[in-house]
Amino acid sequence: MQYREIDIERNPLQNAEGSAICRIGKTQVIAGVKIDLATPFADRPDEGVLSMSAEFTPLGASHFEPGPPRVDAIEVARVVDRAIRSAETINLKSMKIEGMDKVLAAYIDLWIIDHDGNLFDAGLMASMAALMNTRIPKVEDGKLIRNETSGNMKIGAIPVSCTFAKYGDHFLLDPDFVEESGAEGTMTVATTPEFMCSGQKSGPGALTQKNIMELIDISFEQGKNLRRIIEG
Amino acid sequence: MSNDPTKKLIDDKGIRLDGRQIDQLRDVKIISRVLNNADGSCLVVWGKNKILAGVYGPRECIPRHDASPYRSKVRCRYNMAPFCSLEEHGRSGPSRRSQELSKVISEAFENVIIAESFPKTAIDVFIDVLQSDGGTRCAALTAAAVAIADAGIPCKDLVCAVAVGKIGDTVVLDLSKDEDNFGQSDNPMAFASRNGDVLLYQMDGLLTREETETALKMAQEASKKIHALQVEALKEGFEKKGIKFLPLSIKPEQVQ
Repeated sequence: MQYREIDIERNPLQNAEGSAICRIGKTQVIAGVKIDLATPFADRPDEGVLSMSAEFTPLGASHFEPGPPRVDAIEVARVVDRAIRSAETINLKSMKIEGMDKVLAAYIDLWIIDHDGNLFDAGLMASMAALMNTRIPKVEDGKLIRNETSGNMKIGAIPVSCTFAKYGDHFLLDPDFVEESGAEGTMTVATTPEFMCSGQKSGPGALTQKNIMELIDISFEQGKNLRRIIEG
Repeated sequence: MSNDPTKKLIDDKGIRLDGRQIDQLRDVKIISRVLNNADGSCLVVWGKNKILAGVYGPRECIPRHDASPYRSKVRCRYNMAPFCSLEEHGRSGPSRRSQELSKVISEAFENVIIAESFPKTAIDVFIDVLQSDGGTRCAALTAAAVAIADAGIPCKDLVCAVAVGKIGDTVVLDLSKDEDNFGQSDNPMAFASRNGDVLLYQMDGLLTREETETALKMAQEASKKIHALQVEALKEGFEKKGIKFLPLSIKPEQVQ
């Protein structure tokens, strides 16, 4: 129940409004945040848009292939998306632009450049570190002024996740690629200091109800340390 | 500043918008062996450009019908990350532009990689543009060449690339994004470092015959400086031990 060495590099990119690299052992994930103006969803006209995607870029592992995201990449993006959305990390209501029918949109892209397991935790930490350093461009006359900023993005609760690989009655925290491949399945639990905010059982292995409660307890405990790392 | 086309791209003293001389490269830093999974890898920071290249191979060629019984298939993929530009979020998937660049970059490397040694296999070169500021294809080629050498793939030569262009009626080295957008011509080139053979040549805009000749000479001269940095990066990379990491925050240095 121990993480490999975790390292976060903040704002390595300048064209993106926010960026970060998270490394867990040999896993390296870049998160890039772009801020644009967009038309809001018809059923939520006064809320900003948050869009999350993950790219298993083919240089990241020998089995990654070029092409549209496969189901594994979609799963990573959606689990991380749920954690950030449920924790209300970003106040989408504050992304409405007064006097306009446009809203701010935040596009988060996870770029997996080295896959050695536990992309869920690395992806969420990279996203959070990037969001916490995201500059919101100034809006004037319905246009974005990219070289001027109206301040950093406001961040609410910070979600962090813990991923476990299941081997029979045993669980390994922070599995590497080989451990994930050999496991019956993985379980990811994302938490804020108060709540659980995203969960995913992945793979065919079944969990007992007791297992789930134990993993949630460990995740709340481990989350404190992960949050300290993200906050720097 | 960046969106003002009326501003002079070159002043009376021959100094460019970013303070460079006519024949001066942007600051460049090349670092090899930055990824753990790829067989070879390289980060090139070229001005504001940040390009990552990773190589796999020679490995089984999939799909099989792509394979040649005589030589290894060299497949380069140039791809722009959706967050790479200062403008809006990009669309994912290859554009017409990136498909064309992938093609000409692949062809440049087919010339130098000793592909006959590995029939029926593929050598896959993946290039991700993480941040773009003009001249990405040259930086991409430069990164890919180092990544290929880092992977230990036998090559006849190391490829180095640089663009020359024309702004304010003057032929200048290594166009930045603004110079490319508001200038008169862009002429990217790649050279085999030992004999100066041209492995990639593209141009747009208008140049006189004399200007094209100046451009070729200027680019080849500058490519020697890039070559020296590539060799240095490879030497440093070979010494690396343990877990590799991508130092994406690193600042480029002035090229003498």
